[in-house]
Amino acid sequence: MSENTTTLDPVGFDPTQGLQFGMYSLGDHLPNPADGSRVSAGERIREFVGYAQAAEEAGFDFFSVGESHQEFFASQAHAVILGAIAQATSSIRIGSTSTILSTSDPVRVFENFATIDHLSEGRAELVAGRASRIGLFELLGYDLRDYEELFEEKFDLLLKIRREESVSWSGQFRAPLNNAEVLPRPEQNPLPIWRAVGGAPASAVKAGLAGVPMVMAHLGGTTSSFKPTVDAYRQAARHAGFDPAALPIATAGFLYTAPTSQEALQGLYPHINEGMKRTNGQGMPKQLFAQSVDPASIVNIGSPQQIVEKILHQHEVFGHQRYLGQIDFGGMPYDRVMKQIETIGSEIIPAVKKYTADEGTAASAEAADAPAGAAGAPAGAVATAAEEHV
Amino acid sequence: MKIVVLSGSNVGTKTRTVMDYVAQTVMGQDPDIEVTLIDLAEADMVFSDGRNFTEYSGDTGRVTAAIMDADAIIIGTPIFQASIPASLKNVFDLLPVGAFRDKVVAAVATAGSAKHYLIPQQHLLPILTYMKAQVVSPYVFVEERDLHRGQIVSEDVIARLNRLVEDTIVLTKTYAAIREEKEAAYGF
Repeated sequence: MSENTTTLDPVGFDPTQGLQFGMYSLGDHLPNPADGSRVSAGERIREFVGYAQAAEEAGFDFFSVGESHQEFFASQAHAVILGAIAQATSSIRIGSTSTILSTSDPVRVFENFATIDHLSEGRAELVAGRASRIGLFELLGYDLRDYEELFEEKFDLLLKIRREESVSWSGQFRAPLNNAEVLPRPEQNPLPIWRAVGGAPASAVKAGLAGVPMVMAHLGGTTSSFKPTVDAYRQAARHAGFDPAALPIATAGFLYTAPTSQEALQGLYPHINEGMKRTNGQGMPKQLFAQSVDPASIVNIGSPQQIVEKILHQHEVFGHQRYLGQIDFGGMPYDRVMKQIETIGSEIIPAVKKYTADEGTAASAEAADAPAGAAGAPAGAVATAAEEHV
Repeated sequence: MKIVVLSGSNVGTKTRTVMDYVAQTVMGQDPDIEVTLIDLAEADMVFSDGRNFTEYSGDTGRVTAAIMDADAIIIGTPIFQASIPASLKNVFDLLPVGAFRDKVVAAVATAGSAKHYLIPQQHLLPILTYMKAQVVSPYVFVEERDLHRGQIVSEDVIARLNRLVEDTIVLTKTYAAIREEKEAAYGF
């Protein structure tokens, strides 16, 4: 199997620019735990557009919104929202985290994102996922027993549509395609398509075997506990004949900053706890949440300096190309999220980019495997080695 | 405080007989406790299909919600083929990882033979601890000879059940107090 480097890394990450920084929203529409009030669905949807504009202004590289079809979410039609964001922004890359491919037709998904790519003049990206909340299977008429196969078949077809201008295909979950032209062709060739991966290595292995970039999401835990997933991804890619160094990795999780870590915990906890109760049925134990300010934790909560150190440490461990912070979860007021975006843009992003920029030549084939080499960060700038705090 | 008394079998009467007594005893020991008796023989449960517990409807949704909402759960299980019955395992499978975090869980087993005494220890407790329960020790083991025509006829079993209920209530209050104090100390 041979794919050129453009296909493996359609975004074209430049190591001399350092780690890319993104913001993502699940698209949740939750009450503010402080007073139980909730903005209207319309206001919430327009907030996403406002956040994307603010993120662009603050120097973020990427903004994305997820697809969810259940109570307490407002981004069911996430591609439509991305269309609006494409119009409202001019330079920030935009995408989905994630598009639930299992319950959609890959032809229409490709049409949507190719269109967003044109509206945004070549800034669109698609992250395909299997859904962590599965109520949408019933809503959209799919059988949960096909959970894995639905995604695998549709993801294969999506990649084939991207690869071939004239597609002939047959499968289990969609009518066959016979020399079908899926139009419009996107402005970027190829359109960046990622695979969403939870913490477990199994899904990362599938992404690696397919030679597609992965977005690895995490709710909590230590940075080092996610390293096996990254290793499994690169190993699978190499096994399938792809150059792991050319395959980008993004990580995604909670991000919240305040002058001190204690204030950060205070400011974020009610939103996470109440929001998780409503969307997953279980809150976040305080004891676990308190550990998230530990330098070894993968959750980026703390003072700007603490967060910079955490992200540099994560970069040292993973050698990833993009980090996505989830900032607006759980009914956080609009003004507060805007303030977060501003602080992150002024105090966190410049430092992260400075210390992760590879000042040497472009990454060599082995650079992605070398834990620290790719980062180019001075040793003093990163936190001390992670310890297990399970 | 909310306590769920769960009769874990969908056939037979022995476990239900014992759990009826357990529910009465909880109410007798502390009338302020909200007791919910769930008998899986009376609930129309579907098999777990991996969805979140909040997404089930009917009896399945009602049972999972009651368990998740409880401060303590007293589980009664018969022993079938040297293990817990499928109906009870299904309840565990319906619940999320860590479902028993910050909950106290006690167990009562009914069995046709004393040879099954270690079955709860080997088959039930590992599930409860995996799901992060604070398990009440010891469990109560009830044999067929302890029951007669829908009644517990062993004074010893009654004494042990009384102690189990008392321990469950005391431990639930104690763990709640410890947690409250600890969480207040976090300052967020």
